[in-house]
Amino acid sequence: MRPGTPPVLQLTGVTKVYGEGETAVRALRGVSLRVERGDYVAIMGASGSGKSTLMNIIGCLDVPSGGTYYLDGTDVGALDERSLAIVRNRKLGFVFQAFNLIPRMSALANVELPLAYGGVKAAERRRRALAALDLVGLADRVHHQPNELSGGQQQRVAVARALVTAPTLLLADEPTGALDSKSSEDVMKIFDRLSASGRTLVVITHEEEVAAHAKRVVRLMDGQIVDDVRVTPVGGLPPRFAEVAP
Amino acid sequence: MNPVEVLRFALRGLSANKMRSALTMLGILIGVAAVILLVAIGEGSSRQIQQNIQQLGANTLTITPSTFGGGGGGGGIARVFARAGGGQRQNTGPRTQAKNLTVEDARALADPANAPSVKSVSPVVTAQAQTATYEGASHSIGQLVGTYPSYFEASNKPVAKGAYFYNDDVLAARKVVVIGKTVADDLFGTVDPIGKQITVSGVPFTVIGVLKETGSSGFQDADDVAIAPLPAVQQSLTGFGPLGQILVQAKSAQAVDAAQSEVTEVLNQRHGITDPANPDYRILNSASLQETVSAAIGTFTVLLGAVAAISLLVGGIGITNIMLVTVTERTREIGIRKAIGAPKGAILGQFLAEATMLSLVGGLLGVLIAVIGAQFTIAGVKPVIVPTSIALALGVSVAIGLFFGSYPANRAAGLRPIEALRFE
Repeated sequence: MRPGTPPVLQLTGVTKVYGEGETAVRALRGVSLRVERGDYVAIMGASGSGKSTLMNIIGCLDVPSGGTYYLDGTDVGALDERSLAIVRNRKLGFVFQAFNLIPRMSALANVELPLAYGGVKAAERRRRALAALDLVGLADRVHHQPNELSGGQQQRVAVARALVTAPTLLLADEPTGALDSKSSEDVMKIFDRLSASGRTLVVITHEEEVAAHAKRVVRLMDGQIVDDVRVTPVGGLPPRFAEVAP
Repeated sequence: MNPVEVLRFALRGLSANKMRSALTMLGILIGVAAVILLVAIGEGSSRQIQQNIQQLGANTLTITPSTFGGGGGGGGIARVFARAGGGQRQNTGPRTQAKNLTVEDARALADPANAPSVKSVSPVVTAQAQTATYEGASHSIGQLVGTYPSYFEASNKPVAKGAYFYNDDVLAARKVVVIGKTVADDLFGTVDPIGKQITVSGVPFTVIGVLKETGSSGFQDADDVAIAPLPAVQQSLTGFGPLGQILVQAKSAQAVDAAQSEVTEVLNQRHGITDPANPDYRILNSASLQETVSAAIGTFTVLLGAVAAISLLVGGIGITNIMLVTVTERTREIGIRKAIGAPKGAILGQFLAEATMLSLVGGLLGVLIAVIGAQFTIAGVKPVIVPTSIALALGVSVAIGLFFGSYPANRAAGLRPIEALRFE
């Protein structure tokens, strides 16, 4: 790592409480996590362990009740709504379990959307969106609408959309949760390739099969980190890359 | 995110649900079309009535006898307008000493010493529905007017062909007549009527002129008329009874009111009227009639416009409703857009643009429908489109889109991404 480069993620004592008083639910009870550039982290946990809450906080969709969160050296807690939108646009790429493509918009338009919000010119936007779609192997499906694509293809469009802004962090929430094993394999291969090319990934999952692709596995239970295992070094290749490499 | 992008997103949003968008636009369309069309009808009827009043003549006072109640005699036109203009006086109960209008009254009014503001005085007798014949062709003349030459100018009835009659003709009681366009067409067809002799109720009259066509006034055919010297008509048709009316022309528009008070004074004196509030004659002032009618029509137009404005408002509420439904329906989409970095302004812009586009397109179509509709005669009125009503209706419809769209749009833009994404 280059000296002086801030970590992509730096969470310190992050807590999250839903509700108030006796009915309050403490979803996160002090999570500290540091993710360096180029890492590939799987956050695992059973349902109710707080992993979705953590994902929402990392993705700047929700604010923590306590603790600090630095994303790429920026204190996210201090940002206003407008700056948060810019952070979400430039620094984060989301892949959701339910794909979350916008209906009645072609794959290309969906992938172009974050660039449009980022103020990229139309021609440049198209070029980059096409490149991203090519990267996920959907160059021949650019004009299809989401309802004309299979689940695996939709998820790959979603990956392309997350990638297209070249974000600091690619965040995936149960990316294979709604996919069959073949499509899951396709998506995980793409993640491995992205990791190998130096991107920082955080994948939230409850499947061991998915976690096995990551360089580092963090386990969450009852809102706390209970296990943090490094499989391969940050600068190395992801563990399953050799098997899936063409 | 430039404005073109915002518009494209908005267009896409609208076209995603075409039926709903079309119905919402229909609400605005009807509102805008109704405002423009109803104001146009108000304007059209206003102009039509003003035109009718102008046919009475400019700067004129029409004096008619008022013997009993309000329905006392008088020329057909005057009677109709008195009713239209609401100029009825409350003349209750019969007056025993009521005097008729006479040629002497007219002479007294024509005296510059008595009435300096009066330019001309034309005593008028009217014979209704006289049958005229010419070589087997026959026509029932709606109004046969016996009067003086000044009547042509005062009543705004220029001659198109031939000549007027002169004071000589009146003095000599010559049986000459100037006929209206309808009479000429019916009796003569393509034949030149000048110099021909027609027979009116058995009395021969020589046609010396044809009046300029005035066009149908709506109440009655203003061209179905014939004008002859007063004594000639009295001799042969009506007898030397009282006058039907006296037409007084003032020297100028400013002198009309002065003329009216002079006329009132002269007539009160001659008729021995002690109670000026209850005279035995009635003066119809064309200028004040025009003002009264204009004011009435103005109120009427405002009323029509207000009714139409309500439908425009209802259309606006329809937009709010649909936009609220759209926002609710697309909450998840809004969440996705926010998660991938859509700024608040872009979401706000998109939904505002959708609402404004609905109202603008609806408004433009409404203008189109109104302009097309105004080409037809509606309820006997030719609508006259008032350009400001177009601008107003269109402006209001766009403002409605912005105003009624801003609440749903704000709600959409203010959604927190995490809640919007969880929304099912």
